[in-house]
Amino acid sequence: MKPLIELNDVSYSYNGEEDFVLKDIDLNIEPGEFVAIVGHNGSGKSTLAKLLNGLLLPSKGEVKVGGLSTTSQEELWQIRQQVGMVFQSPDNQLVANIVEEDVAFGPENLGLPSEEIKARVKEALALVGMKDFARHAPHKLSGGQKQRVAIAGIIAMRPDCLVFDEPTAMLDPVGRKEVIKTVEDLNKNEGLSVVYITHFMNEVVNADRILVFEEGEIVLSGSPKDVFTKVDEIKELSLDVPQVTELAYHLQNSGLDIDSDIFTVNRLVEAICSLK
Amino acid sequence: MLNDIMLGQYLDRDSIVHSLDPRIKILLVILFIIVLFISKTLLGYAVLGGFIIISTLIAKIEFKYILKSLKPLLFIISLTLIIHLFLTKGGEVIWEWKFLSIEEKGLNLGLFMAARLIFLITFTSLLTLTTSPLELTDGLEKLLNPFKRFGVPAHELAMMMTIALRFIPTLLEESEKILKAQKARGADFESGNLIQKAKSLIPLLVPLFVSAFRRADDLALAMEARCYRGGEGRTRMNELHLSRADYLIGGATAIFLIFVAILI
Repeated sequence: MKPLIELNDVSYSYNGEEDFVLKDIDLNIEPGEFVAIVGHNGSGKSTLAKLLNGLLLPSKGEVKVGGLSTTSQEELWQIRQQVGMVFQSPDNQLVANIVEEDVAFGPENLGLPSEEIKARVKEALALVGMKDFARHAPHKLSGGQKQRVAIAGIIAMRPDCLVFDEPTAMLDPVGRKEVIKTVEDLNKNEGLSVVYITHFMNEVVNADRILVFEEGEIVLSGSPKDVFTKVDEIKELSLDVPQVTELAYHLQNSGLDIDSDIFTVNRLVEAICSLK
Repeated sequence: MLNDIMLGQYLDRDSIVHSLDPRIKILLVILFIIVLFISKTLLGYAVLGGFIIISTLIAKIEFKYILKSLKPLLFIISLTLIIHLFLTKGGEVIWEWKFLSIEEKGLNLGLFMAARLIFLITFTSLLTLTTSPLELTDGLEKLLNPFKRFGVPAHELAMMMTIALRFIPTLLEESEKILKAQKARGADFESGNLIQKAKSLIPLLVPLFVSAFRRADDLALAMEARCYRGGEGRTRMNELHLSRADYLIGGATAIFLIFVAILI
């Protein structure tokens, strides 16, 4: 199958300086794939996100979405429709003062007929579980709810891929859970590709692929199992593996017969209980 | 404290006035204001006053809300009345005390001016009470559309209003947060004279502005990511449609108002 998004030798520097934020990134994102990008502040992961829908254009190399290059002005809007983006701050990405109107903002920009917009808004709000809040004012919602409205606003444009740029960084634990569940559901049930940027490892245990960024380069990549079992390497990058995984790793190191590819509390409980 | 400020004063009711197209309502308010300034007779004012009362009843708005809207302007209304009472001379002397006197013309003019202001405020507040801010912006955008060719940025103005409405509560919340944070650091917002008080607002305003610009930056990015490229080629989810009822009610009311202006 043809990849949905292709990055060929992409480098990027702000202000055209020599100091590259991203260095020769080669990356394909397949339809329906859940790719997690993990890294520090300043590791270049947010820059990568903005390259995916042409908000930034690569200094070197090429970004292609569905075969279209982000550098072509005419196709830019089609690319942005295909690759929707959810940002960090839930407050700063909602445009209208009624939830429903905000979700309609994207489809309105696409110039769709009013009946079609109404249908899409309804559908999108139902998908993120915010159907009952259609007539509410965004500032009265919780952070997690606002972020789900923002996601609905993107889904209503019927994209093929959703890019999340640290969507949970400003949320409380409850909101965080809501958003992660919504993202996973959209990936699984609607078959949308997801590029999920975060610095919380435990949010991406269900990803298909994890890429660890450091200084603009991919330093580790693979399935959650591959990545999380390299506990020492990840610690060296001063990132954290999920707590349970770390515990399992330490238990294993102290001689217990426990797998190190454990990402959930339940699995760890099972593993410990089955110890002889 | 800041949260008490109501955003617009829209009251959701199920009435003919509410369902009237916002464009018609805006135009009727403009016509009403013109008629108000043309009309000079007592009968004319009585009819206009009655018109406001009937409109309020049809709109199912309680009178206390209408009266509430007068409150902030009570001072100006009474000032107008007092100035006219004492300073406009002519006609019979009604009342006299030392150097102060009220004459007939002053009383008449004062009462008329006060009534004019009261009618003006109550009728325009009836517009904002029965029309949601969103409808109002849509209506204004549509009304300004024909002036686009003269360089009036109708869509941009409407978009700015929408965004302003969206961010007022957010920024209010934020200013409250900053206020608390600065107080916790020992900032004093209460004491001193007016100039000192104004100066003490600087540590509130600077962070607020900085964050507002950051928000604007973020929002612009988010809007672009959602394919926003100006008003060109943009459609609306809720298009405004002028129904036959809109034409009928709007037309009838307009004829009535013009009739008042010409005959009474």
